[in-house]
Amino acid sequence: MAGVLGGLPDSVLQFTYLVASVLFIQGLRDMTHPRTATRGNATSAAGMFLAVVVTVLWFEILSPVVLAAGLLVGGTVGVWLAVTVETTEMPQLVGLFNGFGGGASALVAGAELIDVLGSSTQLSIGLTTTAAIAGIIGSVTFWGSLVAAGKLHGVVGDSPVSPNAGHALKALFLLLSVLAGLLLIVRPDIFGQVPVTSWIPSYWVLVAAASVLGVFLVVPIGGADMPVVIALLNSYSGLAAATTGFVLNNTVLIIAGTLVGASGLILTVIMCESMNRSLRNVLFGGLGGETESEEMDDIYEGQITETSPEEVVMLMETAQRVVIVPGYGMAVAQAQHAVAELVELLDEDGVDVEFGIHPVAGRMPGHMNALLAEADVPYEKMRELEEVNPTFSQTDLVIVTGANDVVNPKANTDDSSPIAGMPVLNVSEARSVVVNKRSLSPGFSGIPNPLFAKDNTSMLFGDAKESMQALVNQYKEATS
Amino acid sequence: MALIENLTLFVLAAFVGYEIITKIPTNLHTPLMSGANAISGITLLGSVVVAGSGSTTLATVLGFVAVVMATINVVGGYLVSHFMLAQFSQGGRD
Repeated sequence: MAGVLGGLPDSVLQFTYLVASVLFIQGLRDMTHPRTATRGNATSAAGMFLAVVVTVLWFEILSPVVLAAGLLVGGTVGVWLAVTVETTEMPQLVGLFNGFGGGASALVAGAELIDVLGSSTQLSIGLTTTAAIAGIIGSVTFWGSLVAAGKLHGVVGDSPVSPNAGHALKALFLLLSVLAGLLLIVRPDIFGQVPVTSWIPSYWVLVAAASVLGVFLVVPIGGADMPVVIALLNSYSGLAAATTGFVLNNTVLIIAGTLVGASGLILTVIMCESMNRSLRNVLFGGLGGETESEEMDDIYEGQITETSPEEVVMLMETAQRVVIVPGYGMAVAQAQHAVAELVELLDEDGVDVEFGIHPVAGRMPGHMNALLAEADVPYEKMRELEEVNPTFSQTDLVIVTGANDVVNPKANTDDSSPIAGMPVLNVSEARSVVVNKRSLSPGFSGIPNPLFAKDNTSMLFGDAKESMQALVNQYKEATS
Repeated sequence: MALIENLTLFVLAAFVGYEIITKIPTNLHTPLMSGANAISGITLLGSVVVAGSGSTTLATVLGFVAVVMATINVVGGYLVSHFMLAQFSQGGRD
């Protein structure tokens, strides 16, 4: 059992894995600052390259063609997807990649189980237990991520079953997969003395049940909660890799997988906190999506002031401080370049202009920041909620584009509201607020937004990109 | 004993991960996710071993599929993060 380097002592392999682990950790450390982050990513990639090369050279490869073909196909598809993706489609791509990692872990655990069963009659409890866990987490990650990516891409709709039936189905399939796992671990004597190999199908039952579970877990979760789901699945894919590391006794798999598990979990917690909701509520509760149209008419009736790009530009010309609040609508409309141009124009004219970014704006953690960075917005201009909220009272003009729930004052004022207690951007403290939206339709939470009816708020109806472009053109005309 | 050693690694790595990740600013959460995502493709090592060992046809087929999926994860994940981060550093220079 030896490859090209197989003659060397085992410690050489282990040492190389240690080096790779250090590179991963150092790579993540460099991610703490935008200036060093690119280097961090490269460091991490170098660790991966090193670990893969030493593995390929170390172990005996009986079917090098299969291996080379797999690497080539995977590499080509990976490059193609990465090169062709639009920044707005990034969340679903990250979700998809995630799923592939989890799926691979489940398959590796299965293949290893088959391998070991084929060559020995004794199975250690450690192996079967960790294989069962890797199988469950990996399968849930794979199918959950596919569904999440599908929902983000708009090809998967909402759950066809009622929430209660959904909960029952989730419980059923979780039970099924755990039972199959227990059968694999305990192998009770119910069928008489059967050879260990005949227990293999149990693993595939486990994988099948966990797959269904993964689908049912994610299908009922709404689009605005996707940042949480993507982060959580990210964590799962890491945990799947770590458990596969237990199956294979591979140190670097455990370390790297655990790092990812921790990272995903922390992001999940941050996302939940910024919505003031528990993870349980996000995963199993869901907001009551029913819109109370009567209440909405009451609030909006006669209170809505519509504005035009000309009027907004007049506000901009007299403003000393402008804050722009982007939301998912900006991403959908691909308006980030127009917004960036507007900010640049204002900046050149000496206006203090910044972005106020809510942590859950968009469809994944940091989504708005990534989009604005793509449009060459300096990252110093992107302010987090805690930083920007105290400045609104000194702000002349706030332009909200494609955001709704994250600027809804009901979160502060109405305890019965589904978004009660969620930290929001208190834009109405500014002298005037312009909300750019396509219509008065509610955001994900399904509740009306009293901000729109405020005296200092005016509505600029229209697609985010067209509206922002109109503002740019109008501003250029007015100031030239 | 291997199980205990592995568990030790797991727990220590979890603490290291926690310490580092909590220091990463919100700005960089998207590239962090895709970068961490790429790291989770480390399962490629396992895929390589099972695909290459070729003990049974089924294990080889499973290994092949696993190698393809894990490689997409690794290559795509690192590239996407790289493109994103390149834009961040551009934005920072302005």
